[in-house]
Amino acid sequence: MSNQPNPQDSSEKPPLKERGPELVVAALLMVVAGLVIKDSVRVGIDWADDGPRAGYFPFYIGLLLLASSGTIFVSTLLKWRAKAAVFAEQEQLATVFAMLLPMTVYVVAMVWLGIYLPSALLIGYFMRRYGKFGWLPTTSVSIAVPLAFFIVFERWFLVPLPKGPIETWLGF
Amino acid sequence: MDEINNLMQGFSVAMTLPNVAYMLVGITLGILIGVLPGLGGANGIAILLPLTFSMNPTSAIIMLSCIYWGALFGGAITSILFNIPGEPWSVATTFDGYPMAQQGRAAQALTAAFTSSFVGALIAVALITFLAPLLAKFALRFGPAEYFAVQLLTFCSFVGMSKEPPAKVIASMMLGFALAAVGMDTVTGQLRMTFGFPELLKGFDFLIAVIGLFGIGEILLTMEEGLAFKGKSAKLNLRVVLQTWKQLPQYWMTFLRSTAVGCWMGITPGGATPASFMSYGIARRMSKEPDSFGKGQIEGVLAPETAAHAAGTSALLPMLTLGIPGSPTAAVLLGGLMIWGLQPGPMLFVEHKDFVWGLIASMYLGNLVGLLVVLTTVPFWAAFLRIPFSVIAPVIVVICAIGAYTVHSSMFDVVMMLVFGVVGYLFKKLKYPMAPLVLALVLGDMAEASFRQSMLLSQGSLAIFWSNPLVGSIAGLAILMLVWPLLSSFKSSSRKRAG
Repeated sequence: MSNQPNPQDSSEKPPLKERGPELVVAALLMVVAGLVIKDSVRVGIDWADDGPRAGYFPFYIGLLLLASSGTIFVSTLLKWRAKAAVFAEQEQLATVFAMLLPMTVYVVAMVWLGIYLPSALLIGYFMRRYGKFGWLPTTSVSIAVPLAFFIVFERWFLVPLPKGPIETWLGF
Repeated sequence: MDEINNLMQGFSVAMTLPNVAYMLVGITLGILIGVLPGLGGANGIAILLPLTFSMNPTSAIIMLSCIYWGALFGGAITSILFNIPGEPWSVATTFDGYPMAQQGRAAQALTAAFTSSFVGALIAVALITFLAPLLAKFALRFGPAEYFAVQLLTFCSFVGMSKEPPAKVIASMMLGFALAAVGMDTVTGQLRMTFGFPELLKGFDFLIAVIGLFGIGEILLTMEEGLAFKGKSAKLNLRVVLQTWKQLPQYWMTFLRSTAVGCWMGITPGGATPASFMSYGIARRMSKEPDSFGKGQIEGVLAPETAAHAAGTSALLPMLTLGIPGSPTAAVLLGGLMIWGLQPGPMLFVEHKDFVWGLIASMYLGNLVGLLVVLTTVPFWAAFLRIPFSVIAPVIVVICAIGAYTVHSSMFDVVMMLVFGVVGYLFKKLKYPMAPLVLALVLGDMAEASFRQSMLLSQGSLAIFWSNPLVGSIAGLAILMLVWPLLSSFKSSSRKRAG
């Protein structure tokens, strides 16, 4: 939107072109379309005694998805040389992954540890790593935020959130 | 006038103490959502929806719709003071709003933005008040074929009106339909596309998709852009507000034009974002001094804000009367209606009068309350943006995760949220539109049911879609919208050849 980083900063590595991801996404959509069509055929795309079978409607959805993503796939290939628009600079991709990886670890950790401890760790990690905060503000924010959510959700609105061994040990 | 009576009754529902309190809570949360990057109207409401499951539906929708109004107001604050659009529909507001702030006219720009939002919304609500009952009465005569034709029109107009290439609009839409079909078939009870995974039995919930696509996806985009908040400060005092208000009546044409654009784009599923851009473009073209746009022209703030708010408000008209939302946020509200056990559509106006008119009355009140709240609390919200992004980003991720989990108390949903987040990032970067995906995911089952019912009536003949003048003209219009990109590219290429 604004504040585009200066492209000259990352002159060592060439930026990622748009055409690669474009092709991959179109191919993935074609795979999804294939799955939809295959499963629709399995459950039946014709008429039974009581009306259209379960695969009747999704079958055409699958066909349209295949046609539209196929169009994107083929036209990307056809205009391969002309399509040199930049998807993202290397440096930008690095920051995206710097966000995506901890987020993935966070979600996986939630399965075993509940929501509170991973949340505190996620906030703490970001504040230390990117905000260069001292230990005192980092610990206080990363404990206060999950605690506030605990009060609002579990106490106020009585909506239970996932809990892990530590919460059990504390008696919740 | 029946409508006036109904509206007065609505006011008596909306004006009760708890409902006014919910209104205030909604507006405040909404502004906060609008100000923070990564949280917007659609996913903000999706996250808060589970909290309302046990509330009475009228209070719940008053609070949630007020979050929406609040988010519309809040988007303008960041656009003008920080040159960062908090919401996609306030991108056009940055064009002239930020230059005004740089020239030290931030207070004037903010007053203009808030007031024009209010005016746009007010006219749109008035339109809903008088048009909705008529449309609902008309829609009572609809059969399955007519319903499918209206849904077809909704989806075809996405293809016809989007800036994105038609193949991408269709691909995104079909992905939505395909995801909606996953799980148990509502008619035959057969399992579709679950491939043996028990998690897929209940299908994909669009709330999860909305939280992932708009919330996580937006955070990833914001990271990529390397946000640094460098803002202008603003203090609003009564004198500036009154001075600006005195100036505004001379722009009555801009207001009318922008409201018309906004209402049109809101009722047809164009949405607030294209409406704001279109309205900005028209205002510049019609202006006597088009060169002053982009350099701090107050009309450049008025036009997009009026249109965005008018579009956001009128998107609720087709949602209430036909059960077809005009925007992703309206789609989330529609989902709420179904969860609270209300069937959206024309019968709502017959069976749940209190609910409908309470909601409409709350739109008048909510926008007025919203205007007063934002005018008085701007410095407070601007302070929120001074919190470093390294704190805000992980907190928003946590909020999204909580939101995704609480929909069905399922960890699988949280994982799906992350997947949708990556999809959202890729789609945004590759210019696939996301609104068709969300709407198809919401309407998928309904569209399929009405299509299959129509097919049953006609014994499999598509001719049912032009079997009477009503369904024929809706279906015809839909086809016209579908081929519109072809027609217009044909026109422009023939013009090029002539010229």
